Amino acid sequence: MKKTALALFPAITIALMVWGYYQAIYVAPEEQTMHEAQRIFYYHVPSAMVAFLFFAVSLCGSIGFLTWRRSRPDWAQASDAWALAGAEVGVVFCTVVLITGPLWGRRAWGIWWTWDARLTTTLVLWLIYVSYLLLRRFAAGPQMQTLAAVLGIFGALDVPIVYMSNRWWRTQHPAPVFGGGPDSGIKDPAMLEAFGWNVLAWLCWGLLILFIRYYVERKHQLYAAQEAEEALTRA
Amino acid sequence: MNSALWTHLVKDLRIEWRSKDAINSMLFFALLVVVLFSMSFDPQGAFSRTIAGGVLCVATMFASVSALNQAWAREIRHQVLDAQRMAPTSGSQLFLAKVLANFIFVTIVQIALAPVFLVFYNLRIEGQAWQLALVLPLGTWALVANGTFFAALAIRSRNRELLLPLILFPIFLPALLAMVIATTSILTGDSDPGLWIKLLTGYDIIFTTVSLLLFDVVFHAE
Repeated sequence: MKKTALALFPAITIALMVWGYYQAIYVAPEEQTMHEAQRIFYYHVPSAMVAFLFFAVSLCGSIGFLTWRRSRPDWAQASDAWALAGAEVGVVFCTVVLITGPLWGRRAWGIWWTWDARLTTTLVLWLIYVSYLLLRRFAAGPQMQTLAAVLGIFGALDVPIVYMSNRWWRTQHPAPVFGGGPDSGIKDPAMLEAFGWNVLAWLCWGLLILFIRYYVERKHQLYAAQEAEEALTRA
Repeated sequence: MNSALWTHLVKDLRIEWRSKDAINSMLFFALLVVVLFSMSFDPQGAFSRTIAGGVLCVATMFASVSALNQAWAREIRHQVLDAQRMAPTSGSQLFLAKVLANFIFVTIVQIALAPVFLVFYNLRIEGQAWQLALVLPLGTWALVANGTFFAALAIRSRNRELLLPLILFPIFLPALLAMVIATTSILTGDSDPGLWIKLLTGYDIIFTTVSLLLFDVVFHAE
């Protein structure tokens, strides 16, 4: 049963990605003011959603590790693996957002980049999580997990402050697609459908990578623990 | 006054008084940054006023990183750090003492640097000068509180001197933005820095609280 599910999920994900691509490029109607360039929106926004979701996974992992590191070492190790997987895959999706954004901005605004609230927040978020991954690379041993968890919490705490400060500074990004006032939201049902399929496809794709990364990290922890035990028995 | 905090603070101040390592190196480094920036941008007139705030804040930021690294590196020799971990006082007092000591050092550097700054950039403060006495300490506190915390965190890794700026600067970005905009608006007198002073205050309160809460976790991480 488990094996079938494991084999089926990647297959469904790939089918969804193909379907999402078809919907975004061929089915969704052309936008009136931005024309074809608007289609990048079907990749840009789902990637941003997935990136933010995975950073939240990473935060939960960090909090879980600090909560359980004394009482339940097993859970703590699993939390740490989630924290790492969330941060790593989140950075990849965040990179996609940061690349697709300027591509669209060049067409729509005539400039590649602007220091607006959402752009700057995403960039700072990316910087924070890259520094988190660097810390994990530089610090060694079991204390690294604790240090990384602390930095993960600090980073997440910084995000709302970065966002508010940049909003006061300047804002140019289009209003949020959902919940951004009476004018927001996608009006055309065909566009909404294509958008929905793409969110689903990219979410599944992200989850697939996230699970693989988590699995690899758990194996890594297992081997490290085994090696440590062998070294102890030999000594 | 709490005795453990006071002991740590007096010890750090005394070490600095005898060696003057941190203040001298910070002062010279900040001076170098100011000179380098004046040479690369050739600031004159109104332009110098618009960039001066940013240069001052960035100079302070770069300079303080060198001192913050030293703050904990000094404790590693002769296993002082291990002794402090075994001491029956909470780590937050040690942390607060270090923050206060470094805050004093960086403030001294800023005060010494101010006249040089006014001369090199031909500055005349157009806004309310007393507000600088609010913005600079708040920004310095944000830098030093976070910096001391992350220095304690980075001290456990290899490449510790390299790691501190890499993890400190991204987290410090919103405070830097607030500090730069507030300082610039005071220097140019164009806008009211009130909002940014509030943001800095909020940032200080949030991050000092979290640092105090999490310092023991970092300090006793094994």
